[in-house]
Amino acid sequence: MERREYPYLAVLGLPVLVVFTAFFLLPMARLVLVAGTGPKGVSAYLAILTTPRYFESLVATIVLSTLVTLATLSISTVAGLFLERNRFAGRGVLVSMLTFPLAFPGVVVGFMVIMLAGRQGLIGEISKFLTGGKLVFAYSMAGLFMGYVYFSIPRVILTVMAAAEKLDPALEEAARSLGASQWRVVCDVILPGLNPALIASGAICFATAMGAFGTAFTLATNIDVLPMTIYTEFTLRANIAMASALSIILGLITWVALNAARSFAGSSVAAAG
Amino acid sequence: MRRTGTFYIQLAFTLLVCAFLIVPVIMSIMAGVTVNYFYGIKSGVTLRWVFEVWDLYSETIYLSLLISLACLACTIVLGVPAAYVLARKQGRIARMVEELLTLPLAIPGLAIALALLISYGGFREFRMSWTFILVGHVLYTLPFMLRAVLAVLSSTDFRTLEEGAASLGANFWQRFFGIVIPNCRSGILAGSLMVVTLSMGEFNLTWMLHTPLTKTLPVGLADAYASMRLEIGSAYTVVFLIMIIPLLLALQFFGKPPKPRAAVAEEVGR
Repeated sequence: MERREYPYLAVLGLPVLVVFTAFFLLPMARLVLVAGTGPKGVSAYLAILTTPRYFESLVATIVLSTLVTLATLSISTVAGLFLERNRFAGRGVLVSMLTFPLAFPGVVVGFMVIMLAGRQGLIGEISKFLTGGKLVFAYSMAGLFMGYVYFSIPRVILTVMAAAEKLDPALEEAARSLGASQWRVVCDVILPGLNPALIASGAICFATAMGAFGTAFTLATNIDVLPMTIYTEFTLRANIAMASALSIILGLITWVALNAARSFAGSSVAAAG
Repeated sequence: MRRTGTFYIQLAFTLLVCAFLIVPVIMSIMAGVTVNYFYGIKSGVTLRWVFEVWDLYSETIYLSLLISLACLACTIVLGVPAAYVLARKQGRIARMVEELLTLPLAIPGLAIALALLISYGGFREFRMSWTFILVGHVLYTLPFMLRAVLAVLSSTDFRTLEEGAASLGANFWQRFFGIVIPNCRSGILAGSLMVVTLSMGEFNLTWMLHTPLTKTLPVGLADAYASMRLEIGSAYTVVFLIMIIPLLLALQFFGKPPKPRAAVAEEVGR
């Protein structure tokens, strides 16, 4: 019955192909074209390297995303491993609290950063009490860093916990029986076992931080990360060709990061909004 | 089990991370019901800000509900049949189509929104209506529905069930609606919860696609954070949390992926 049913399968698959072509493939192709046909022509793509303003924002975004990824991975690995390997009263509550912000959009995360490090924030109050000086850093790169770490921790912790659950305890016992210290067991047995999960979730974390927009938008419109540069280019300067070129480059970077991680880690990887 | 020093150090660290995530949530809930946040909770507790949010932004709440439900309908109608076709076809082209359909996850929403604006911004009627935002949300959430249904399909032997039905005389559509769809219920449920949750919170695409008359909840939030007093922003955040928490709980409860029956299933279902 296989071949006879091809027409039916075509009927089932057709709607999604039509919608997807009309609203994704063609518009994306148009975006590529528009970027190459502005006043600068194809060299608009090179402008990201030759125009200091764009290049600086590209470098700043990559540095920020890398730092966010490293910080999130280390924090979540420690906490995730701990939660997976120990059973104690209140563990379930801790896990739910750590994964609660999973569905927060970037704007809400931005507001949480303002609550912590903004003008009326908790960190400011504490530092005023301790040192007399009010520490306010929400409306800067540091605030954005904090926001992205906040955003990514729940996702990465879930991945680490799932991966730690699948580790074979026999390997650890073998290492211990051969006289390995706790530290050596962590470095030589546990971390290599978690590696695929860490690479995969690290790539998602990186790609999300590269492309995210809501948190930066809530904190301050003058933080120079690439998504904000694109937004300014499009709305304030009405430079549509440049905005298109920059967003294509941004899309390429995230896509390459996710695909590289997938070929390393061997499982599906995707960014989240 | 004996608790060692490292146990307590790790516990303290985990509690600290937890505080980092939860304390600001509690602070914003408190700020949302405080008369004047500058003077703290001792200035009194009020629901005034919540009512003010309702007066100012109830439209955004209705619109977000409308868009997320419409988005759900679209992703079911488009995604479930697509997942079935992809589960039936194992060739290279099918895998390429699957890759393409999940591409919107790998590209920042900003780029997709720009592409849509450049291509369809000229169609005034369409540009001004909420369906313009809906298109963006469908592109972004479709992969989640597709994957959830594919995961279930590749862990059930639906072909054998279908052959049984066919031998009893069921035609293609009877089998599709009578066998395939009921068997992927759990995947459709998990995918639906994901789609609604993501659509309710989507900002990256929506901010670019919205107009002053089509503001969704997250767009309203950004607006309130930028231009309203802290208490209103907080109260609005509380409203958002109240709407999203049931979805999150349901997602934790129903969203567990099915256990694959064979190791192969994991490979196909990704």
